[in-house]
Amino acid sequence: MPRIHVEVDGATYEDDVEPRLLLVHYLRERLGKVGTPVGCDTSNCGACTVLMDGMSVKSCSVLAVQADGLDVTTVEGLGVDGDTHPMQRAFHEEHALQCGYCTPGMIMASLDLLRENPDPSEDEVREGLEGNLCRCTGYQNIVKAVRRAASDMREPGRQEVTP
Amino acid sequence: MTVQEVGTPRKRSEDARLITGRTRWTDNMTPAGTLHVAFLRSPFAHARITGVDTAPAKERPGVVAVFSGQDFAAEQGSLPCAWVVTEDMKHPAHPPMAVDEVRYVGEPVACVVARDKAAAIDALEEIDVDYEPLSAVVDMEAAIADGADLVHEDLGTNKSYTWVFENGDLDAAMRDAPVVLERRYVQQRLIPTAMEPRSVLCVPEGDEFTLYSATQIPHILRLMLATVTEIPEHRIRVVAPDVGGGFGSKLQVYGEEVLALLLARRLGRPVKWTETRSEGNMTVHHGRDQIQRLTLAAERDGRIRGLKVELLADMGAYLMLVTPGIPLLGAFMFNGIYKMDALSFTCTGVFTTKTPTDAYRGAGRPEATYAIERMMDELADELGIDPIEVRRRNWIAHDEFPYETIAGLTYDTGNYEAATDKALELFQYDKLRAEQADRRERRDPVQLGIGVSTFTEMCGLAPSRVLGSLSYGAGGWEHASVRVLPSGKVEVVTGSSPHGQGHATAWAQIAADRLGVPFEDVKVLHGDTAISPKGMDTYGSRSLAVGGVALFSACEKVVDKARKVAAHLLEASEQDLEFSGGRFSVRGVQEEGKTIQEVALAAFAAHDLPDGIEPSLDSDATFDPENFSFPHGTHLCAAEVDTETGMVKLRKYVAVDDVGKVVNPLIVEGQVHGGLAQGIAQALYEEAVYDADGNLTTTTMADYLVPSAADLPTFTTDRTETPATSNPMGVKGVGEAGTIASTPAVVNAIVDALRPYGVHDVPMPCTPERVWRAMRAEEKPAAAEPGAGGGLGSAGGDQ
Ligand code: FES
Ligand code: FES
Repeated sequence: MPRIHVEVDGATYEDDVEPRLLLVHYLRERLGKVGTPVGCDTSNCGACTVLMDGMSVKSCSVLAVQADGLDVTTVEGLGVDGDTHPMQRAFHEEHALQCGYCTPGMIMASLDLLRENPDPSEDEVREGLEGNLCRCTGYQNIVKAVRRAASDMREPGRQEVTP
Repeated sequence: MTVQEVGTPRKRSEDARLITGRTRWTDNMTPAGTLHVAFLRSPFAHARITGVDTAPAKERPGVVAVFSGQDFAAEQGSLPCAWVVTEDMKHPAHPPMAVDEVRYVGEPVACVVARDKAAAIDALEEIDVDYEPLSAVVDMEAAIADGADLVHEDLGTNKSYTWVFENGDLDAAMRDAPVVLERRYVQQRLIPTAMEPRSVLCVPEGDEFTLYSATQIPHILRLMLATVTEIPEHRIRVVAPDVGGGFGSKLQVYGEEVLALLLARRLGRPVKWTETRSEGNMTVHHGRDQIQRLTLAAERDGRIRGLKVELLADMGAYLMLVTPGIPLLGAFMFNGIYKMDALSFTCTGVFTTKTPTDAYRGAGRPEATYAIERMMDELADELGIDPIEVRRRNWIAHDEFPYETIAGLTYDTGNYEAATDKALELFQYDKLRAEQADRRERRDPVQLGIGVSTFTEMCGLAPSRVLGSLSYGAGGWEHASVRVLPSGKVEVVTGSSPHGQGHATAWAQIAADRLGVPFEDVKVLHGDTAISPKGMDTYGSRSLAVGGVALFSACEKVVDKARKVAAHLLEASEQDLEFSGGRFSVRGVQEEGKTIQEVALAAFAAHDLPDGIEPSLDSDATFDPENFSFPHGTHLCAAEVDTETGMVKLRKYVAVDDVGKVVNPLIVEGQVHGGLAQGIAQALYEEAVYDADGNLTTTTMADYLVPSAADLPTFTTDRTETPATSNPMGVKGVGEAGTIASTPAVVNAIVDALRPYGVHDVPMPCTPERVWRAMRAEEKPAAAEPGAGGGLGSAGGDQ
């Protein structure tokens, strides 16, 4: 079994993993990082989205071995000192979640979206989140939340909590 | 303290957990020693099982046990159906795991229990099942034709039941009617697709069991599990932890839940099963799936005389918890918000070799609303009058409420005029009609269509008496209790258990207002039969209109008791006390008073209570309303239809809903948005497709098209407020309105855009191909798709 070395949400892990083990299962079952849920088995829903070296990936479409030597951030690793991240806060402020099952993935995908485009238009947010499905909200408030977070994160002094 | 909570758009208290990933989804819980279950499922739509060899699978590494349906035949019982709609309804046995015959693709046949999920799934391949294939029965109309192959041989028919309702003299209404329109519409089969897949974990402790399940119905599930397995009810505790959406699909007693319980009993270890999306698409109950034949008779001025509805409803292979009753929930809504002299409704429930159907958001009412709202547009077209005008000429006017409808319901209140006027204004109806005329004139390849949907629904599923008269097996009341703790903090227990609706916030708002305590001091408990002993759970937009009102009553009782204690402590008479802002004071002597927290402490200490008053400040209440509630609204949709490619783009969507009194406007708006997305998805994207052999071809999210953010428009939503009179809060319910109203609004818009091309219908979902074909079909009738739901027998009024 290959041995991998990963940093997840600030802690370092070294583990032997089966080559076929998916990152999402490694996170959930081996590390107990159950904040990242699974919504499908075809990489369509985006519920499992995490950041790998700052870039969003669907963790059900990445093998754990591919994360070797990389830095993984899940929704549980956002925010510092018990404070929530501006993106998390924006989801709350704009009522951008109902059941919340899609929310970790939405938040992580949105962070990557803002990394590429810090000031997206409504249409750009909609296009950018195309790979993440939500069954409850109709997306309107998610779009609002992402744009609100974008504006909050452009403000200086907020940067310390970005991953 | 003076903040008015009810009516305030308070941000949700449940969010804190959900945005940080500290969530209790069932699949997140894995107690030490948990075994994992995987199911082997039928690859055939219909086959006889002649042998199952589980021996090789048992040899696989990590496997603890392997069972076939035969191994559980004696104890697995039959899954329940709680709604026997007619005395002679055919109701076949439904084993959780198939024993000698499979009747839909995905039906469980055997299961592996193993150390981990991967080992369980690997071992499935080693199970050897001998099948003798039988004929698939896929098409409902063929299923009820003479000589059709049978789904259940012993029943001798594929008809489960025929249910008839008639009121008024339909023959007279139809006779000599100047306008008679006949149409056939198809409600395609949908897969509810809650984002959280189903998951069950059963933890045994001696002869007691705690079953965690992603369910909407912990209380009903407990009762049903006890009935099916004969494990006594008081030895089963059901917990619905965080539940990631339901939309009706988790209002069910699934075979996997029964088997998790039986496996935990047999093996004495916790067992867990979580579905993959692909097996979920095959086995979570599906929704809709009806063929509707409608005949509408009207006067030349547009006034409706009568409506005849003939329905075929696909039950799938078995009757599940409320399968047969779903189409009947629509029976009472086919007349919509309109007055008419006669209504006749006939529904035949049909067995096919497909996944069973059951409740899906709106359950019966979207199907009915679709039919009548499409017919209203057809009538407008036939008569050459505006679709809004034709509705105005038929709807129940504001001053006519309460109104007994032709379907026998009493609509308590409504104001269709107000909602429609507001919607028209927000939509800029006249301006868009002008643009439409211009595009028609210019023969613009992109045509504009305007779709209207004015609707009401029967929700707040309750009156136990009424449910009983419809032979539903249970009541519809709801329960709540309130405890003011010795420290003055408040615990609220609700029988209605949420799966994303925001009860923890809304209920705390209600309690905070009634008790005069800060919002933050209220904690809402739910979803655990050990914590919340009584309840009828969550479906049919009943949580607020029934459960919320139960809480309201429980709070009133607490205040009544507190008043007695306060009067005693203040040495005043109860009549002289006023209660405001959480404080009892003697009328006219403001400085003399006791807060409810002080009263709670006194009631806890019990040193000095009035005679006959029991210590502690708490109460519980149930609420069983006299009538349903009837939210209504007007939705308007503008769609651009590319006549060259068939592409539909929603340009504008306005929804004005009247859901009565609003507890939290933020939550209401969110529910409307989500509902619209689901209703629009039925109009444009989603469909469960079976091939001729009964294979589901939409097993993944790549095939079953749940819309993304990029597929949906921004909605304009607004409200009017006509309080319900069937409950003291005046609330109605909002969960289903968006879904019910939006499907016909969108399809009406598409058909409206294509009327110049002679189009009278586009079958759902209105994919570009179907839109394109509908236009060509009118030019070359022979090319019409079979079963595509096109207009029947109407000359139509082409422009
Ligand atoms: S679970 Fe990874 S995309 Fe659906
Ligand atoms: S909030 Fe339920 S799926 Fe997005």
